[in-house]
Amino acid sequence: MMSPRSFGAGGVPAIGRRTLLKGMVGAGALAGLAACGSDDGGSGGGGGGQVTLGSNWSDDVPKKAIAEVMNGFSKGKVKINTIDHNSFQENINNYLQGGPDDVFGWFAGYRMQFFAEQGLVGDVSDVWSTIGSGFSDALKQQSTGKDGKQYFVPLYYYPWAIFYRKSVWQEKGYTPPKTLDELKTLGTKMQADGLTPIAFGDSDGWPAMGTFDYLNLRINGYDFHKSLMAGEKAWNSKEVKTVFDTWRGILPLHQSDSLGRTWQEAAQSLLNKQSGMYTLGMFVGQQFPEGADRDDLDFFPFPEIDSSVGTDAVEAPIDGFMMAKRPRNESGAKDLLKYIGTAKAEDTYLKSDPNNVGTHNDADTSGYSALQKKATQLVSGAKSISQFLDRDTRPDFASTVMIPSLQEFIKNPNDVDSLLTNIEKQKSSIFGG
Amino acid sequence: MDKLIVVLMVAIPAIIVTGLVWVPAISTVILSFTDWNGIGDLGDIKFVGMENFDNVVNNYPPFPPAIQHNLIWLVVFFLGPTLLGIFFAALLDKEIRGSRIYQSIFFLPVVLSLALIGFIWQLIYSRDQGLLNELFGTHVDWYGDPSINLWAVLVAAGWRHTGYIMLLYLAGLKAVDPALREAAAVDGAGEVRTFFQVIWPVMRPVNIVILVITVIESLRAFDIVWVINKGRNGLELISTLVTQNVIGEASRVGFGSALATIMIAISTVFIVIYMIQVVRERR
Repeated sequence: MMSPRSFGAGGVPAIGRRTLLKGMVGAGALAGLAACGSDDGGSGGGGGGQVTLGSNWSDDVPKKAIAEVMNGFSKGKVKINTIDHNSFQENINNYLQGGPDDVFGWFAGYRMQFFAEQGLVGDVSDVWSTIGSGFSDALKQQSTGKDGKQYFVPLYYYPWAIFYRKSVWQEKGYTPPKTLDELKTLGTKMQADGLTPIAFGDSDGWPAMGTFDYLNLRINGYDFHKSLMAGEKAWNSKEVKTVFDTWRGILPLHQSDSLGRTWQEAAQSLLNKQSGMYTLGMFVGQQFPEGADRDDLDFFPFPEIDSSVGTDAVEAPIDGFMMAKRPRNESGAKDLLKYIGTAKAEDTYLKSDPNNVGTHNDADTSGYSALQKKATQLVSGAKSISQFLDRDTRPDFASTVMIPSLQEFIKNPNDVDSLLTNIEKQKSSIFGG
Repeated sequence: MDKLIVVLMVAIPAIIVTGLVWVPAISTVILSFTDWNGIGDLGDIKFVGMENFDNVVNNYPPFPPAIQHNLIWLVVFFLGPTLLGIFFAALLDKEIRGSRIYQSIFFLPVVLSLALIGFIWQLIYSRDQGLLNELFGTHVDWYGDPSINLWAVLVAAGWRHTGYIMLLYLAGLKAVDPALREAAAVDGAGEVRTFFQVIWPVMRPVNIVILVITVIESLRAFDIVWVINKGRNGLELISTLVTQNVIGEASRVGFGSALATIMIAISTVFIVIYMIQVVRERR
């Protein structure tokens, strides 16, 4: 006989309150047990020869390339934890303070030195005593922290330069400009031919930094650029003002409405022969389909502006690896880093992801495309290498001050004085007065 | 035993709310007086007084536009989508033919997350490859031109908000006593007069809910703008400024907390107004 309490309206058995509560407690306990149990033996497994790797190479091509590299490690097993590229960077503070993997991917330059200074990453100078002979001095310098110890092992880099399509230039009879004046003349010619001279897409905020960096390097030199990035020079100095004034002079040659365009869309305009050239990193090749289009891609170094400064500085961000401050498997982590610092590891990576160039002196360039060979020549011939604004300076300054300020400049290139004063004031509050 | 269960049923949610809402909120206010950068021990945190607030107001160019945009969002949402939603609800209450279909059509955007709406409208608004520019042959930079992108975003967000308000209001309208309408009809009132003089005063509780929701959605606006361009170049909002500063590599926790505290202060103004209304009603 069904009691009135057993059935609610509509004939569905009504659950009593107590049963419901007991059920919820039970389900909660199960969930808790499941969470505890799913920790798959990664912890406490130090001596078993397993090294954990935190990887932000989350897109298909780089992900496969990293897996291939790790497969070639002979001294143990590597457990790769792949995290979405942007999320990894955004959560890096929490990651480093909350028990990171033994080895993880990161970038050279100030961004690396910043964490080394905070004591969040491990010293790998002894790894460098083994692998150091394979790298140029410039590369070693980019891997060294402020205290003179090394904290970083490079894997590959990609230069920034001005890219163009060979076929279009041959057809229209253009030649790569060597100076800024030649660039302006070429730009005017392109406009007359119906092309947009320089593609430009700054909706993400960072692409414009490449143009700024090169203008600063060419006008004021590498040492000034480095000091400016380190917060040691004033942004409202006349040197920096000259950079922006020069930029204003060539801004009309760039694609208009750049703040609503992504770099991918701007690269598409280069691919579709609507733009003549594009100041970007070598990763622009990712937007060109493999085959005839990608082979048609070529570059020339950013032109000279001041003959006393020349063009021996190259902007080439370096990607590589660092070690956690207290890795669970320190000897394994150092062995892995020694392996990564060999030419063999780099060759394995570049076979699957050819949009970059190896950092090792002995990296096998025989399989390189013409573009990669040219890029290698460009960087190995560089007297100084810069890393890109958001890797050469404090991350909070780069993202919360420089991105809005550069976008403001592009919107409103005439009011440089108040813009630079604002940047300088904000810089003082961040770097500390 | 029953008493124990009741106590637990109140205590556990109270602990969760305190731990996940109140403790972080108070910590945010406290952190806004420090210059913490997210790294290192809590013991190393240095207090800097009002320096962060001073920097926010005087030394941070994206801040004034952000406040303006939030206010614009509130006003536009109220005058546009909210009133439109009420209008649609009043229309659909008439039980015209196909009113169910209309309801579904208007409500469909509400089911989508704001991030997804940002994506969808990006396909429409894109300067080089978007639907609008293709249809009209124009080259308007909807998302990139700072003088119009906020309005473009408000259209996209309002598209969703209209359906939301419409559904809430419709539910309220269904609960209105039909006898009131009949009485008004007998007295010879037309449609419009019936609505404003009879229905609207009776719907007072729902009106307050609608107002509160509009205010919350305006102050909370974040997802759609973040998905488009992380809240820059004409789309600054206080929420995006907080996120840019606190989350991510930037990790200007002290500075970002000051921004968040300002957001709390603004919200408190509206909360106080609301509470005064509710308390007044009780009496």
